[in-house]
Amino acid sequence: MALLLFTFVLAIFLGFELISKVPSQLHTPLMSGSNAISGITIVGAILAAGLLEDGSAFGTVLGVLAVIAATINVVGGYVVTDRMLGMFKPKEKGKP
Amino acid sequence: MNDYLQPNFTNFSYIVASLLFIFGLKMLSSARTARRGNMVSAAGMLLAVVATLLSGGLSFIWIIVGMLVGGAVGLVSAKMVKMTAMPEMVALFNGSGGVASLLVGWAEYHRAGSMEIGIALPTGLAVLIGGITFTGSIVAYAKLAEKISGKPFLFPGQNIGNMALLAIALLLVVAFSLLAHGGPGVPYTLLGGLILLSLILGVLVVIPIGGADMPVVIALLNSYSGLAACAAGFVIRNNVLIVAGSLVGASGLILTSIMCKAMNRSLANVLFSGFGSAAPASGGTAVQGEAKPVSAEDAYFILEAASSVIFVPGYGMAVAQAQHAVEELGAILRNNGADVKFVIHPVAGRMPGHMNVLLAEANVEYELLVEPEDVNPVISTIDVAIVIGANDVVNPAAREDEASPIYGMPIINVDQAKTCIVLKRSLNPGFAGIQNALFFRPNTRMLFGDAKASVQALIASFKEG
Repeated sequence: MALLLFTFVLAIFLGFELISKVPSQLHTPLMSGSNAISGITIVGAILAAGLLEDGSAFGTVLGVLAVIAATINVVGGYVVTDRMLGMFKPKEKGKP
Repeated sequence: MNDYLQPNFTNFSYIVASLLFIFGLKMLSSARTARRGNMVSAAGMLLAVVATLLSGGLSFIWIIVGMLVGGAVGLVSAKMVKMTAMPEMVALFNGSGGVASLLVGWAEYHRAGSMEIGIALPTGLAVLIGGITFTGSIVAYAKLAEKISGKPFLFPGQNIGNMALLAIALLLVVAFSLLAHGGPGVPYTLLGGLILLSLILGVLVVIPIGGADMPVVIALLNSYSGLAACAAGFVIRNNVLIVAGSLVGASGLILTSIMCKAMNRSLANVLFSGFGSAAPASGGTAVQGEAKPVSAEDAYFILEAASSVIFVPGYGMAVAQAQHAVEELGAILRNNGADVKFVIHPVAGRMPGHMNVLLAEANVEYELLVEPEDVNPVISTIDVAIVIGANDVVNPAAREDEASPIYGMPIINVDQAKTCIVLKRSLNPGFAGIQNALFFRPNTRMLFGDAKASVQALIASFKEG
């Protein structure tokens, strides 16, 4: 538990340090890209949906719903971020 | 089961995945590397998922069904969504992350039946934060998509009531944590109550916030979805959830504070003031003068003679889907010899960076996009400022009227340009409900009508002329 807390505190500080300065142009992609990362809860969802021991049907239902929601978050988040970033083009050289 | 000391391959993969998230996020914050950064972070996600699937003891059938359904929904909506609808899309993705964390916490408790306090506490928090994120995001979506009114929804005692409900929710978390080791029964009832209350709270905390403050809300909900994932990480004792969740929690908070600064308001003020609802009573000085309407043809003559032009887009440009027409007009003006820039206020639109995304979609080169502080010092040398569907971010009251609710907010000083053309449907105040003195200035011309139609009319005049 202490080790998990340690990780948590370090990661929070790391997060603040990593992105303290972001050009405003990237605010939306950063938001939707980090939003996709928060879909990491999919790991917990997979375990909840797939662990067999004392498998109650209701527990599996909860797990599957969690997998669906988390996958929407992950796939949708990454794809939409990529779509947006694909539109940001620097000025083409030699253009009048 | 999935103990903290997992098999080595799984644990090692989680460490690598965490590193990929860190590098990905770092690269996302710089224009040159952003797209690759997103791929790097996606690779981290893929690795974490595969490692989990291979960790053993899992029955795949339901996992695969869930991933196929979720993947299809996510993929189709991400591919189909219009760029103008991006804020509500991001809100929905956010909400799905929140509800996933809630469900993970619930499912873990359902399976375990009893929990030590060290696991029960994060379970309660994952449920609480996840639930607030879920319904809060849905309300934000409904406001942004105009399924419900974007105006603040207020009633007497709202803040006190919300505070009381939040206190009760926290008490439930504590009670659940203390009792969860005793097996199901009372603790399960407590958890059920907590789930219900967190869902209600999500609705109640977002509904009083007005449409113009949505950039702050979306950034904050983004942060919450990370924290919910982080709490879920404590529940299943998994480091990769904790690392990834805290990174998102921190980055969301940074964006939130950037947005608050851009409006010169505190987070508490955004969340609790019901901003814009009391507008008609506000404003010490009455707005003086008369608005001067202008026809598209007359606006064309003004623009034709201009040698420097700035565009100031706002939410109205998104609503009218006018970004492509605006880009075309900008190109025409540049061919006509004018120096053209697009000035983007950080809170223009309904999410952080909203205008940048729309103009990028219309192929406006990002060298042409500038920030208010780049333009304000030289704005008196600008011949024409064209305001397209922006309102509060160009309201001179923020500079001049101490009684105005937006006083002190950094704005784009378009009123100091030689001529200012405002494209707008009518004289109605903006989302914040504040009358705009800009419309009545002697150097302001109002071009009434749908923004896209007006810009297209200007383009037509240039093509004929």
